[in-house]
Amino acid sequence: MIDVLVIGGGNAALCAALMAREAGASVLLLEASPREWRGGNSQHTRNLRCMHDAPQDVLVDAYPEEEFWQDLLKVTDGKTNEELARLVIRESSTCRDWMRQHGVHFQPPLSGALHVARTNAFFMGGGKALVNAYYRSAERLGVQIRYETPVEDLEIQDGRFVAALIPERQVNGVHFAAERIEAKSCVLAAGGFESNRDWLREAWGQNERGEYPSDNFLIRGTRFNTGTLLKRMLSLGADRIGDPTQAHMVAIDARAPLYDGGICTRIDCVSLGVVVNKEGERFYDEGEDFWPKRYAIWGRLVAQQPEQIGFSIIDSKAVGHFMPPVFPGSKADSLEQLADQLELPRETFLRTLQRYNKACRSGSFDHTKLDDCATEGISPAKTHWARPIDTPPFYGYALRPGVTFTYLGLKTDATAAVRFANQPSKNLFVAGEMMAGNVLGKGYTAGVGMSIGTAFGRIAGRNAALSCLDRQPV
Amino acid sequence: MSAESNLIPLLNTAEEDVNRQMQICNACRYCEGFCAVFPAMTQRLEFNKADIHYLANLCHNCGACLHACQYAAPHEFDVNIPRAMAKVRLQTYIDFAWPKKLGALYQRNGVTLALSSGLALCLFLILTLLIQGNLFTKIEEGNFYHIFSHNTLVALFGSVFVFSILALLVGVVHFWRKVAPKEEKRQQEPLPAMLQAGKAALTLKYLDGGHGQGCNNEDDAYTLSRRRFHHLTFYGFMLCFAATSVATLYHYIGWEAPYPVFSLPAMLGIIGGLGLLVGPAGLLYLNYKRHPDHGDQAQRPMDRAFIVLLFMISLTGLLLLCVRETTLMPLMLALHLGFVMAFFLTMPYSKFAHGFYRSAALFKSYLERFKEKKAKQ
Repeated sequence: MIDVLVIGGGNAALCAALMAREAGASVLLLEASPREWRGGNSQHTRNLRCMHDAPQDVLVDAYPEEEFWQDLLKVTDGKTNEELARLVIRESSTCRDWMRQHGVHFQPPLSGALHVARTNAFFMGGGKALVNAYYRSAERLGVQIRYETPVEDLEIQDGRFVAALIPERQVNGVHFAAERIEAKSCVLAAGGFESNRDWLREAWGQNERGEYPSDNFLIRGTRFNTGTLLKRMLSLGADRIGDPTQAHMVAIDARAPLYDGGICTRIDCVSLGVVVNKEGERFYDEGEDFWPKRYAIWGRLVAQQPEQIGFSIIDSKAVGHFMPPVFPGSKADSLEQLADQLELPRETFLRTLQRYNKACRSGSFDHTKLDDCATEGISPAKTHWARPIDTPPFYGYALRPGVTFTYLGLKTDATAAVRFANQPSKNLFVAGEMMAGNVLGKGYTAGVGMSIGTAFGRIAGRNAALSCLDRQPV
Repeated sequence: MSAESNLIPLLNTAEEDVNRQMQICNACRYCEGFCAVFPAMTQRLEFNKADIHYLANLCHNCGACLHACQYAAPHEFDVNIPRAMAKVRLQTYIDFAWPKKLGALYQRNGVTLALSSGLALCLFLILTLLIQGNLFTKIEEGNFYHIFSHNTLVALFGSVFVFSILALLVGVVHFWRKVAPKEEKRQQEPLPAMLQAGKAALTLKYLDGGHGQGCNNEDDAYTLSRRRFHHLTFYGFMLCFAATSVATLYHYIGWEAPYPVFSLPAMLGIIGGLGLLVGPAGLLYLNYKRHPDHGDQAQRPMDRAFIVLLFMISLTGLLLLCVRETTLMPLMLALHLGFVMAFFLTMPYSKFAHGFYRSAALFKSYLERFKEKKAKQ
């Protein structure tokens, strides 16, 4: 019998597998996806939010524990667990040497991402390069890896993991019989349920307009996060955490693919212009704060609009001040034409823009700070970077809610144990998106998903190995 | 044709694909640390024909960005920068070749090099037979000037070499004028950029992966082997070139070939020759092992024919040294001269040109970087 079974194939699963193997356990990792899609959402990530008290290689200045904690507290509105959050924060300050040992390289912040030079360490080549490095290291260390092996069910006895069940399946025309895989301990790191359209529909329900909002959501991440195991664990009585409608959700280009759109589909010009809904009305302060601090709320904002669509409108003054979007925007020489191109009601749209333009108080525009360009006398106000949209050509980008990952998960503690009726399992652990909701009750801040996945992946792997030796988790 | 297309050259299919992929990369930028291509890309919001030609030649086809790419196939975006760049790169070799008509030689480059070698070998075998009567005569001290006089060799090889280098330079200068507009050049202090570009070219900086562990070959693991075998090839070649230059110099100061093994020209030739044997052999091995998605498969004959030609030059050269005092000397001399002639003839129409175009692109990339640094100050 294998010692440690790791279910999942992304960052948290790999961290767990590597730690367990390093502790001397025999490890089998089951990835649901084919090899070319391996790595779950980790393949789309780009950095890790890191605590540090002094400059470190690619990280400038300092980002002390308290500041990191305050940032987390702010974005989650207090919906977090301080003990676990601080654990993640402290782990983030020490894990990078270990990551490097397993072949991960870091690079200076990307151009256009200098605002996180202090807080976030970027992976050279991004998350897929990190995932590749971890798989190579795992193979070298003797971790067994199986692709296209989705786990459908678990056998749990008195809160102990017994075996994982894999259904009968066809892979590239080859038939595989159902399997039952026993192990002494198990780490669950199989992601959230963002790619399960039915579950999203169930969670988001129907709104007052009779729409099922989630039908218009795009998934920025992997198509393989269907939440099969999460659902099964919840029905097996594992303690749960989080609200199923909470997720890391940003506004992305409406033309993005349904799955795996990743980073390049984001629209970074929101704070430079205005955003209107399908009816041509503004609905939120576009200049409330720096975009990296606000991008994570816009997915929900757009989700609340009719037909779950928004339109970011800028003029030529904004060009060059934001990361270039992947798809060209609608371009027009007049606002009337732009309204027609975007199929917005002309009159309302023009009235919204006129009111906004008139309300812009003159100030000195500076996109690198919270400047004094604000509107006066309109609601919602635009509190920074408000400049009249009056210089053709005008550009418009349609926005949709883009879900990165969901927060509903399994409740855990500092040992990463899965809990049943508030008792920790002795040999079943959880890491990554399946438990991120313990730290992230809502909201998001860049790179924290990888901090959680790395911290809890490592803890879960270590404790899974210890539990095989009948030792207490630490 | 619209009025605009007179000003902005239209993109062909390969260029259009680079343009499409660059829009995706520019919105992602994860690969910035790997090489010079991505930092150069972030300087632009749009990519015209000249930009695309420049970036295509800046790409070293190291493969790092392909393995790291979240948008590579089977993703519907199907991003493969090394391949898209390789296709345009070949197109630039064809378009900028001089005389223009001979650019077509790149289209079936394996055949071009094989035919050139065949013809050159025939030429020297026939010449040897005409002069010598047979291919197997022992010649005192292995003095090959008994077969071909120094002046004959200088006339034959010198003229071809000068033509080929000129043709190559005409092409590269033409390329440079297209990718580096005049106003840009005037603003620059070219020397520091030139030094940096020279260093990047001579150390193959952009085959180090940005982290020093090398580039990709058969899979997502990094390896320094391609960089090292290329160094052996390039520096081996340069030592052989130095051997010939020193020998020429010796000749004109009155010390005529053949030179003893422990003379400067012979030693340079032996060491260089060994490098030029091991280097191409390694590169050929790596080329066969290469991941099928790296670069443009259709260009493998161009790569391999050139590698084999270098290998044969070195092999016949070293064998010539070994057998120079035996009856095999005339045959081996004819073979060696044949391969060298084939190489000289095809210099502007073979993979050899890549070093020149890439150096020009590197120079431009450092010019841009210095300009950006200045603008920031």
